[in-house]
Amino acid sequence: MTGPLDSAIDDLCAVARDAPVVVPVGGRTHWEVGGPPPTGTEVVAPAGIVEYDPAELTVTVGAGTRVGDLDAVLAASGQQCPLDPRDPAATVGGVLATGLSGPRRLGYGPVRNRLLEVHLVTGDGRRVKGGGRTVKNVSGYDVARLVVGSLGTLGVIVQVTLRCEPRPPAAAWLATALPGAEAAARAFRPATILVQSGATTVLVEGHADDIAAESRRLDATSVGTAPPPLPEGPFRGRISVSPARVDAVVAAVARIGVGAVGEGGVGTVHVAAVNADGLRAARVIAHDAGGWLLREAGGEEIDGFGVPLPNRAVMARIKDALDPTGACNPGRLPLDDRPLVDVDAAVGRGARA
Amino acid sequence: MCFPQSTEQLAAAVRVAARHDVPFVARGSGTGLAGGATPLDDAVVIVTTQMNRVLAVDPVERIAWVEPGVLNLDLSRAVAHLGLHYAPDPSSQQACTIGGNVGTNAGGPHCLASGGTSAHVLAVDAVLGDGSVAHLGGTEPDLPGYDLRGCFVGSEGTMGIAARVAVRLLPNPPVVRTLLLDFTALDDAAATVSGIIAAGMVPAALEMMDAEITRAVEDYVGAGYPRDAAAVLLVEVDGLEDGVAAQVAAITEVGKANGARSVRVAQDEAERALLWKGRKSAFGAIARIAPDYYLHDAVVPRTKLVEVLRHVYRIAGEQQLTMMNVFHAGDGNLHPLIVFDAREPGVWQRVHDAGDEILRTCVAAGGVLSGEHGIGMEKRDAMGLIFSPDDLDLQARLRDAFDPSGRANPGKVLPRGSRCGELARVPEGTWV
Repeated sequence: MTGPLDSAIDDLCAVARDAPVVVPVGGRTHWEVGGPPPTGTEVVAPAGIVEYDPAELTVTVGAGTRVGDLDAVLAASGQQCPLDPRDPAATVGGVLATGLSGPRRLGYGPVRNRLLEVHLVTGDGRRVKGGGRTVKNVSGYDVARLVVGSLGTLGVIVQVTLRCEPRPPAAAWLATALPGAEAAARAFRPATILVQSGATTVLVEGHADDIAAESRRLDATSVGTAPPPLPEGPFRGRISVSPARVDAVVAAVARIGVGAVGEGGVGTVHVAAVNADGLRAARVIAHDAGGWLLREAGGEEIDGFGVPLPNRAVMARIKDALDPTGACNPGRLPLDDRPLVDVDAAVGRGARA
Repeated sequence: MCFPQSTEQLAAAVRVAARHDVPFVARGSGTGLAGGATPLDDAVVIVTTQMNRVLAVDPVERIAWVEPGVLNLDLSRAVAHLGLHYAPDPSSQQACTIGGNVGTNAGGPHCLASGGTSAHVLAVDAVLGDGSVAHLGGTEPDLPGYDLRGCFVGSEGTMGIAARVAVRLLPNPPVVRTLLLDFTALDDAAATVSGIIAAGMVPAALEMMDAEITRAVEDYVGAGYPRDAAAVLLVEVDGLEDGVAAQVAAITEVGKANGARSVRVAQDEAERALLWKGRKSAFGAIARIAPDYYLHDAVVPRTKLVEVLRHVYRIAGEQQLTMMNVFHAGDGNLHPLIVFDAREPGVWQRVHDAGDEILRTCVAAGGVLSGEHGIGMEKRDAMGLIFSPDDLDLQARLRDAFDPSGRANPGKVLPRGSRCGELARVPEGTWV
């Protein structure tokens, strides 16, 4: 099958073939996620719509397409692809490579469920495909899910097919004094539950009358259609814990003076600190709660993950098998057994290791 | 063949296979249609049906930990009192196991809105080829590194065997409405499918049955399906009251605008169950027509449904076979059903030739080989229709990285010669 981006992808293949180290670059909006970026040849995936038929509820785009641009194209047909990065200048490929789900994960599922087909350029300059463009597909191994969150270490994501959704007829953010867990129990399929200390905000999408009824069930008042802001600060991260612990973790992080907004029912807690020690302290709270903290921005002396990769040996074998020359973004994932950087050994998650 | 009753026994069985350097094949209830759980050569068959306990249910986090031999429907029954259910619902859900569902990344009618098995599996404790147990995924939302859980689901036993599975449970929707729309032309039914999607709706399920299967099902179940319909659509919407009512009205309107002869909305749970019984009994119903059937599974772009179905009927005519269609129209997942009598000389060849041509037709229309049954042995040698040698090489490398032993269900999913440099063709009669 041919497409409008093929010649750009061919060019990228040629660059990858000659470059000893290939460093994929998206919108640089999540550049600090993962291990330190290697020195090498920076490559940019092409941007643009390859195929979009609204009746299929799928869209095929160059991975270099900005999420904001994709949103605009889909909105014109009453559709959406809820990637929801913090910054719409993020590229589709960047969102997939970092694997960071948006705040509507509760309603729409994690970003790994969006990707149907992926085209990768390998470290030795071949273009390979995984998955397929139909909304349902179990033909062969799930290379698409494998690539999500791989941080460019398996190849350069150059073209993707994503599952879209219809835009809801109505949506409202509802503020309630209920704890996040209680809101999760009362609301039916909410898109988001954002938990701050002392305040819970629920995004409900659907029929306007249903939203009004949900608001009554949640003892809530509508606070409009704009999402409440995620915490801002020079030192940011996201904690992953079991969903039941979100309320407690948000409270604990807030107590040490670090901004925290949790996603109820999901288990993600977004944190932002004014200094590196705040981020370190939030990581300790995450570990104590049986979770971990991904460093998203600031404090490059702090390890990107703070925990060893689970099943590191299997992951290292996959890396070696798919990128035998090690050209693809080396160091972005801690696949070797180097000790973690700036992590107190006492807070390591012994139970999981 | 062995029947472990615990993770330890399962791992021990794999280690025995390792010690004797023989392959092992995971098997649940054996309902799979692609031959993924069928042993080749001298493999040890590890049957998980005696590992059938629901280990833990957390009604707050809506997670269940189960053993692989738990039957799909038994899991939903076990959590029904909590107002929860397990969403993937293959037609074989009364008999198939969760472990088998994980192996094939199984689907079902209700995967249209909520996704296939992989979207509902949070974690798997997998016994790998060396007998070690790996914890893949987790109940926290993200883990660092590659999504090994996602990689394992759908790997058809070629990366190891699931010993424990954590699945996401969904709250039962407050309101569910099921509609039966009846058409005098197949095209009108297909246009209605497109019209529903175009109107901004993704129903919980959107199933189509053609004339032959509708008649067969009605004669078998008596669900009140119109015997003279060219096609019927079974549509289910769920959610909150007003949204559901609006969708029922909108779907009715789309149907009428596209020539629906009648739109029946189930008035109570009993009527709803009866309509679904018709759909889910389709494969039993055909036993009244002929003793054997071959059920296909392929996906095409939704907009190509009519075009591909026409080819399917043409192929059936050319091969003088009876073809029925009952399928997940909402996601373009076709299930052409060839009904025949295996005692008829030469019929197997025609059945196979027809299946092969159907598959090629679906791929030519931009489709894929399987939507929910898997590749197994059945479609292994067709993988080259949708994947290039480089694509297959990547998958072969991935498999070898996950299972360096090569003992986990060899000979399935990937055709011989997938690894670059591997001998692609051997002379006929060669022992391999």
